[in-house]
Amino acid sequence: MFEKEKLQELKKNQTDWNDNKVEKSLQRFPERKDEFVTGSNQEVDRLYTPTYLEEFDYDQDLGFPGEYPFTRGVQPTMYRGKFWTMRQYAGFATAEESNKRYKYLLEQGQTGLSVAFDLPTQIGYDSDHALSEGEVGKVGVAIDSLKDMEILFDGIPLDKVSTSMTINAPASVLLAMYIAVAEKQGVSSQELRGTIQNDILKEYIARGTYIFPTEPSMRLITDIFEYCSEEVPGWNTISISGYHIREAGSTAVQEVAFTLADGIAYVEAAIKAGLDVDKFAPRLSFFFNAHNDLLEEVAKYRAARRLWAKIMKERFGAKNPKSMQLKFHTQTGGSTLTAQQPDNNIVRVAIQTLAAVLGGTQSLHTNSKDEALALPTEKSVRVALRTQQIVAHESGVAETVDPLAGSYYVESLTNNIEKEAMEYIKKIDDLGGAAEAIDKGFMQKEIMDSAYEYQKQIENGERIVVGMNKFQVKEEPNEGLLKVDPAVGEMQKEKINQLKAERNNEQVEASLSALKDAAKGNKNLMPYILDAVKAYATLGEICGVLREVFGEYQQNVIL
Amino acid sequence: MDRPIRVLVGKPGLDGHDRGAKVIARALRDAGMEVIYTGLRLTPEQIVQAAIQEDVDVVALSVLSGAHNHLLPKVVELLKAENAYDEILVIGGGVIPEEDIPFLKEKGIQEIFTPGTPTTVTIDFIKENLKRV
Repeated sequence: MFEKEKLQELKKNQTDWNDNKVEKSLQRFPERKDEFVTGSNQEVDRLYTPTYLEEFDYDQDLGFPGEYPFTRGVQPTMYRGKFWTMRQYAGFATAEESNKRYKYLLEQGQTGLSVAFDLPTQIGYDSDHALSEGEVGKVGVAIDSLKDMEILFDGIPLDKVSTSMTINAPASVLLAMYIAVAEKQGVSSQELRGTIQNDILKEYIARGTYIFPTEPSMRLITDIFEYCSEEVPGWNTISISGYHIREAGSTAVQEVAFTLADGIAYVEAAIKAGLDVDKFAPRLSFFFNAHNDLLEEVAKYRAARRLWAKIMKERFGAKNPKSMQLKFHTQTGGSTLTAQQPDNNIVRVAIQTLAAVLGGTQSLHTNSKDEALALPTEKSVRVALRTQQIVAHESGVAETVDPLAGSYYVESLTNNIEKEAMEYIKKIDDLGGAAEAIDKGFMQKEIMDSAYEYQKQIENGERIVVGMNKFQVKEEPNEGLLKVDPAVGEMQKEKINQLKAERNNEQVEASLSALKDAAKGNKNLMPYILDAVKAYATLGEICGVLREVFGEYQQNVIL
Repeated sequence: MDRPIRVLVGKPGLDGHDRGAKVIARALRDAGMEVIYTGLRLTPEQIVQAAIQEDVDVVALSVLSGAHNHLLPKVVELLKAENAYDEILVIGGGVIPEEDIPFLKEKGIQEIFTPGTPTTVTIDFIKENLKRV
């Protein structure tokens, strides 16, 4: 990219500038600190020039948007064609309440749905289970059976919206419910568009809503890949997630490294199950965080795209370019929000939105200002959605593709993140792959070390969080926070009782026993789960049968 | 003091957010306390059992799922039933709205630490409020 001679001259000039201008300036105006680092503790130099990109090769390192290695984006025209999908993660209390919130969001110009489930649903317990007490409807909507799912999507045409569901261990059950609701609306599964998270490895690492041990969990996942490639071809069958890894305290490099290492494990499992890489890989998708260090985050997305393309092509021999494209959803960083002076969070979310868009995200959720305190109110969700709309329509950053390409700093950061992530991936390979590394607690410990380091930096004042450890005020009491009605648990229990009295219990029994037999063998479980769902077996009954056959995951407690 | 302060750090309920619990556990350990971290998904019964078995001075509970009003008082109740509450300091932390704090204190949780609290504040509170003589 840069001529050798010119670079030599530039190096010399830069040394001169440093020895004369900079040294003189430093004597009069010392810098704010001795060492400058990014939000994830990568070292930051004073000035970036072409000397940082000596080996830079435009074709190899960047290429054109929509072409290998996809550094500049997965589509040729990016947001000039259409903006990213604005998708607010929502759900609380009952299906009825959440259905209202979805309709409100669609009226406000949101372009896709994103369903949050409560913890019992995510862990495969019905609302009337002893462990569900106090948790029903709290962090998302409670879904016990197809009945609830019918209410959740009532009046929402499933051939028109795309729906993302944050569901992992019981992903096949919720996907089956979605297919069944669509069928009742007269919509074929061939027409459905959406995503299930379905990423169990990061549950073991960072998020915690696992049910089954690793092996049967991987089987459930590859069963979904296989089933959807024929029956639900427009569905993203997994959203390989770095989001929660970052929230747990990882650095940007660790976020990329551990996410792609998980991705490698899924691809290997699917190939081992006999699937053709170019058949399932185009439906893999990713999910990343957006934190406050704007340029580091932009570099992170670009590095992840380039690295994944290389992995798919070189390691797995993918031929279809779509198999090499890292498409991703972004959510702004929940852990960056402060409970202090919550209005400031609107500004943080705006910066993070810019990062995601400048990094070429396919869809985005923006957090609301009150999320360090409670679930967001309708009003604060609107501001969060408006933030995306302002960046889309007013900021100008969506008018050209990958506008930060060629910045000496951004390209240099992109190279560094890719290089360091690759080193981690090698280490994980040496440990026997992601699943083994998780069993050994490798990722968990690395993340925890970063999280603790970050906390110490805040407490000793090396890192400033505005309103929290500097620029504090006496806090006003927060008013008007969203509260989930504690009666939701009782209401759900009542619904389950009614369901069990009304449904054909013989049919339920038959479908559950067929599922149990299939689980003991090696048939694809999706058709059996679909049958049980359609017979109105509850989520807890279906997961209960699978628990009996598969057992449960035991967490390796790492401090 | 004849022995280090012993603390059980626990995650009651189904919540998987353990960053705060782990950071606190490490900070308490670095401050010279003996820390038992229980991992995820414990019932209040399991937590109380572990606290008694491990003979701890403090039970520190982290909840970010909104189930605090149910889970935290339950732990106190069970400790009382085991006659252990008089010797064990119970504190909580997590995403807990201001307006719920008076209720939790009334139920016997001595202090609630919300997001942004420096770990030193928690450490000092424990030292100053130990029930063990």
